[in-house]
Amino acid sequence: MENLWEFLSLRDPNIRYVVLGSILLAASSAIVGTFTLLKKKALVGDAVAHSVLPGICLAFILTGVKNPFYLVIGAFVTGWISLVLIDYITKHSKIKEDTAIGLILSVFFGIGILMLTVIQKSGNAAQSGLDHFLFGQAASLVGQDLLVFSAIALILMIAVLVLFKEFALIAFDTHFAESIGFPVRALELVLTTLTVLAVVTGIQAIGVVLMAAMLITPAAAARFWTDKLTVMIFLAAGLGAFSGLVGAYISYVAPAMPTGPWIVMIISIIAITSFFLAPQKGILFRMITQRKFQTQMLEENILKLFFQLGERADHKYFDTRSVDDITRRRPFELSKLQRGLKNLRKQGFLEATATGWVFTQAGKSKGQRITKLHRLWELYLTEYLKIAPDHVHEDAETIEHIITPELEKRLEEQLQFPSMDPHKSQIPYQR
Amino acid sequence: MIQNVNNPVLELHDLTVTYNKKPVLWDIDLTLPSGAIIGVIGPNGAGKSTMIKSIMGLVPLSSGYVKIFDQDLPTVRHKVSYVPQKESVDWDFPASVMDVVLMGRYGKLGLFKRPRKADKEVARECLRRVDMEAFANRQISQLSGGQQQRVFLARALAQEADLYFMDEPFAGVDAATEKAIINLMKTMSEQGKTVVVVHHDLQSAMEYFDWVVLLNLRLVASGPVNDVMTSTLLQETYGGKLTLLAEVGELLTKKEFPSRENQ
Ligand SMILES: Nc1ncnc2c1ncn2[C@@H]1O[C@H](COP(=O)(O)OP(=O)(O)OP(=O)(O)O)[C@@H](O)[C@H]1O
Ligand SMILES: [Mg+2]
Repeated sequence: MENLWEFLSLRDPNIRYVVLGSILLAASSAIVGTFTLLKKKALVGDAVAHSVLPGICLAFILTGVKNPFYLVIGAFVTGWISLVLIDYITKHSKIKEDTAIGLILSVFFGIGILMLTVIQKSGNAAQSGLDHFLFGQAASLVGQDLLVFSAIALILMIAVLVLFKEFALIAFDTHFAESIGFPVRALELVLTTLTVLAVVTGIQAIGVVLMAAMLITPAAAARFWTDKLTVMIFLAAGLGAFSGLVGAYISYVAPAMPTGPWIVMIISIIAITSFFLAPQKGILFRMITQRKFQTQMLEENILKLFFQLGERADHKYFDTRSVDDITRRRPFELSKLQRGLKNLRKQGFLEATATGWVFTQAGKSKGQRITKLHRLWELYLTEYLKIAPDHVHEDAETIEHIITPELEKRLEEQLQFPSMDPHKSQIPYQR
Repeated sequence: MIQNVNNPVLELHDLTVTYNKKPVLWDIDLTLPSGAIIGVIGPNGAGKSTMIKSIMGLVPLSSGYVKIFDQDLPTVRHKVSYVPQKESVDWDFPASVMDVVLMGRYGKLGLFKRPRKADKEVARECLRRVDMEAFANRQISQLSGGQQQRVFLARALAQEADLYFMDEPFAGVDAATEKAIINLMKTMSEQGKTVVVVHHDLQSAMEYFDWVVLLNLRLVASGPVNDVMTSTLLQETYGGKLTLLAEVGELLTKKEFPSRENQ
C-alpha cells in the first residue's frame, strides 16, 4: 500500500518519467490501433510487432551500442519489410493473406530470436537489457529512451488528429474515397507507417511479443461501449493509458518482472469485462434485459388472468382467488407463479388474504389494460392482416406486453374503439 | 444495335479490363447521352460493376480510355458521383447516418478540413430528399437494407454532381423504396443530371430507363430503351452464345498469356 502511495504521488522524478512515458505509449498505440481494428488488420499488426525484433538486433550488431535512435530505425525497417512481403506474397501467389501473415511472422521472429541469442553469447557488455525488448520493462524507460519513444508517440497522436476524417473514410469505404479523388494509396501508406511506428514505440515498455495486443485490445474493448468513432478513440486511449499506468507500477514494485504481460493482462481484463458488462452489446446486459422482460410478461399475465377470472365471475373483480383458481385457468409453473404473486403484492397490484390473493384498484386497471390490448391486437390482425381468428391468439400473447401507450391510442383510433374481439369477448375500456 | 450520340456525357473507347490476365470486358466502345436515366443490364458476372469501377478509375485499364464530359476523370471528378454496391462496406462501422452522408461533402472539402455548418445543412437536406431525415443520428448498423441504400443515395446527392453511377441501387429494397428512388432519379434527370444505373429486372427496366446498355463481357447493345429491349438482343445478352468468349478468357488466365501483345 505504501508503495502505491509513493508511486502515485509521483514524487520521485524517475517514477514521474516512467509513468508519463508508459501512458503516452499505451494511449498512442491504442489510438492508431483503433484504425487497425476498423480496417480489419489486427493480424497484420501482430506480424509487424514480431518482425521488428530482427531489426532491433541488427541495429545493435551494426552499431554496437544500445542507442534508442538506431534501434527504432532498425525496428522500423524490418517492420516495413514484413508488410511489403505480406502484400507481395498475397498479390503474386496463391497463398492467402492469413497464411502469408503467419509465414512472415514466424520467419522474422525466428530470425530475431536467433540474432538475440548470438548477441547474448557474444559477451558485449552493452547488450544487457536487450532481452527486455521481448516482454518489455517499463522501468527502463528513462533518459534518451523515454525522449525518443515519447516523441514518436506524440507524433502519432498529432498525425491521427490531423488525418482523422481521411482515415475514417478509407476505413469505411475505400472505393468511395478513391472515387472522390482522395489519395487513398498515400493515406494507406501513412496509416501503415503510423501502425509500424506505434509498434516501435511499445517495444521497450511492452515488448514485441505482446505489442499487437496493445494495438488492438483497447479499441476492441472501447467498441463495446460506444457507436461513435470519436468517443471510441478517446475511450481506447484512456483504457490503454490506464493499463500503461498499471504496468509502470508493477515495474516499480517488482523490477524483475517483465511489464508487457502485466499491461496486456490488465487491458484484456478490461476487454473481457466490457464483453460482459457493456450496455446494449454486453452479454450480461442482454441477459438482464431478457430476464426483465420475462418477469414483466409473467406478472402481466397473472394480472390479466385475475381480470379474466373477475369477468367470468360476473364482474366481481375484487373477490379472493386461490392459487388453485389461477392454475385451473392457466397452467403456470408453481414456483414462478408464487414469485410473481409476491412481486405483485410488493408493487401494490395484489393483496394477500387468508385464503388467497385479491386485486387492488391499480392491479385491476393494469389487468384490464393488458386484456384490452390482447383483444385489440387480435382484432387488428384479423381485420387488417386478414389472419384467421384461430391463429391470432399466440401472437397477441407477446404483443400485448410491448405495446406503448402511443401505439395503444393509435390502435384504438384506427379500429374505432370496437366493442368485441374476433372471439366475441368484450373489449374492456377504462371509464 | 449500338447507337452513338453527339456531345456524350461519357465516352468509352476500346475499353478492355482484365483481372489476373482474364479479360472481363472486351473492347467496349460506348457513348452515353446527357440528361438521361440509363440502365446497364446483363447477367451476373457480365462485368457491369467492373465497367463502372473502370470508369471511376478504381480498376486499371488494359487498353482504351474513358472521357467524361470530354475530359479525363481527374479534371471533372467533382462532377461525378459513384454509389458502390451497398454490400461493399461494413455497416457495423461506428458511424451515424449523418456521418456517412457528410462523406459526400469530403470531395468538395478536400484533405484536412472538417465539415462546416453549411455542409451539415446540405447533408440534412439530402437526407430529407430520400425521406431519412428522422434517422440522421441513428447508428448505421441499425438500418434496414432499404434504409442503407437511401443513406448511400443521400451521400451521392450531397456530392452535388452532374453524372451519377449507381451500382444496383434497387437490390434488396422494397417496392415503396424502389418507387421513391426512381422518382428521385426522375427529378435529377429533369434538372439535367445523368444517372447511370446497374439494374437486374428486365420488366421494370422498360419503364424506368430512357436509354439501355446491354452488357455481357462485351457491349451487346446501347440505345433508346425501346430499340434495345428486344427479344433478339436480350437473347444475345443472356443466351449461351458468349461461352466461347468466356472460355478464351479462362485460357488466358491458365496460360498467363498477356491479353495485349505489348504487356
Ligand atoms: N477483384 C476481382 N478479381 C478477380 N476477378 C474479379 C474481380 N472482380 C470481379 N471479377 C470477375 O469479373 C467478372 C465480372 O464481374 P463484375 O462484378 O463486374 O460482374 P457484374 O456484372 O457486376 O455481376 P453481378 O450482377 O453479379 O454484380 C466476374 O467473372 C468476376 O468473377
Ligand atoms: Mg455487380
